[in-house]
Amino acid sequence: MLRNILRWALPLAAAYGIVLLLIEIGVIDNYLFATMMTICINIILATSLNLVVGFTGQLALGHAGFMAVGAYTCAIITMRVDGIGGFLLGVAAGAALAAFLGFLIGLPVLRLRGDYLAIATLGFSEIIRVAINNMEITNGAAGQSGIPRHVDWNWMFGFLALTLIFLWHYIRSSHGRRAVAVREDEIAAEAIGINTTRVKVQTFVIAAFFAGLGGALYASYFYVLQPNQFGFLRSIDILVIVVLGGLGSMSGSIIAAILLAVVSTALAQFTDVRMIIYSLTMVLIMIFRPGGIMGSREVSLGILGKAFGDKKKEVTR
Amino acid sequence: MTEILQQVVNALSLGSIYALIALGYTMVYGIIKLINFAHGEIYMIGAFVGYWTMRVFHLDFFVALIAAMIICMVLGVLIERIAYRPLRQSTRLASLITAIGVSLLLQYTMMRFVGADPRAYPPLPDYMNQSFNLGGVVIKSQQLVIIGISVLLMIGLQFIVKTTRMGKAMRAVSQDPEAAQLMGIGVDRTISFTFALGSALAGAAGVLVGVYYNSINPFMGIMPGLKAFVAAVFGGIGIIPGALIGAYVIGGSETLVSSLGFSLLRDGVVFAILIAILSLKPTGLLGKNVREKV
Repeated sequence: MLRNILRWALPLAAAYGIVLLLIEIGVIDNYLFATMMTICINIILATSLNLVVGFTGQLALGHAGFMAVGAYTCAIITMRVDGIGGFLLGVAAGAALAAFLGFLIGLPVLRLRGDYLAIATLGFSEIIRVAINNMEITNGAAGQSGIPRHVDWNWMFGFLALTLIFLWHYIRSSHGRRAVAVREDEIAAEAIGINTTRVKVQTFVIAAFFAGLGGALYASYFYVLQPNQFGFLRSIDILVIVVLGGLGSMSGSIIAAILLAVVSTALAQFTDVRMIIYSLTMVLIMIFRPGGIMGSREVSLGILGKAFGDKKKEVTR
Repeated sequence: MTEILQQVVNALSLGSIYALIALGYTMVYGIIKLINFAHGEIYMIGAFVGYWTMRVFHLDFFVALIAAMIICMVLGVLIERIAYRPLRQSTRLASLITAIGVSLLLQYTMMRFVGADPRAYPPLPDYMNQSFNLGGVVIKSQQLVIIGISVLLMIGLQFIVKTTRMGKAMRAVSQDPEAAQLMGIGVDRTISFTFALGSALAGAAGVLVGVYYNSINPFMGIMPGLKAFVAAVFGGIGIIPGALIGAYVIGGSETLVSSLGFSLLRDGVVFAILIAILSLKPTGLLGKNVREKV
């Protein structure tokens, strides 16, 4: 148990400390800081999507929709309720509403298989976008601006850590094992008494919850929202992180989120060919390494692990 | 009444265009089980090829149509050969991401060379600009041309799939690629042929859309591509008549929603219909519920 906690506590504490130190000595400027915030949000979105796509084996293409719900809910609440209380209320409400919508749509849609599920979830997120575009309270196509900025490094890291710790334990719990069983063989899972629909809906709702959380943090940090930021392409961006990192590898999603942000920052000065290179890389990686960077392995803390007497390299399947 | 008939004509034109795109989606899906996201971009390139043949080479509309079909055919086969074939043995998701990658690549390469601004299609010959008034219902000759060409192409497709040797091979490969190979069918060649057919139809659709909406840009393929895919899924993906029904339903409901004055909600309604039908029939309207054997 202690070893389990150390497994995530040490790297998280290290990451937090290093960044804090870099901010203190002034290495990280505003631009770099914004990139880091994007990375953190992308990690929240990608790891939660990985729970559905990688661990439960259900191809969902509508993560941007839940992100939009969280973002708009948080924006609307923080613009009306002042202070840190309003921010926390907004984040909680955004994540909860996204989870609720995930439940509503998940129940009928998760009966579908493979590509049917993909297109249905894609459709749902488009419906959310059209709805936001036409609603009074969201200010329609013009979007929201002037959302109070509450997110700093501490808040962002706190929420990121919460997400990762929750998902890490969830995957290793009996719930997570059931999800993997559904991915490996749905019929066999059903035969040993797993309620497959329940497992799928449960992971989908959790993923929607964290997508809502990511969206809420996005709204609060970038303080401008437009419905078209949450289109099909955003869902694809998140899915690309998941697939690049490796399906069923949480650390893979984290690495890919960082890697993509670095690549995109490096290409920022070549605006006209940026997307060409991005898409070309996507195709080439899939052709030459279709399992993603990590496959379904996790980064194990080899050296640290040995120090604590853990000789087996854990393989998360 | 005339209003309703007028909308029916509009719905038929829009539905025919969706049908041409949806057929390509559904054939490719039927044969290699891949959502070919780049299909919408092939259609976009078809529109541009048509634009160039008419504007730069000053050729006739029908020549432009055929040029677009041929170039799209080559492009479709090339994409399959370069991007999809190496991935045929890997996971479905890897192919899907590749398809999305190819789609983005085509969009942004086009944007790099032609710019993101929309362009107007070249003026059409006179016979395309006439309109007939049948008891209050105005039918433009270009609508007749769109519906006519679509129907002709669909009949041609039906003929190829149902009666020729290649069509038979296509049906065999889509049922069971391994068994088909054992029967001496060249699977690779059949798949290439499927891409060629589907892409040619998409190219034709591109030119027709250019004529119909009179505006083209490198990102025009995204929404119609998605909707055509929705149409294919609606009818049961992989089933050719299903794609036709789906396309006309989607075209019809879009026209209906617009004519009722909710054109902003159009895209939402299309996807809501999709989710509704999938909730009732998880494999689409004509899809058969295949029982899994253990």
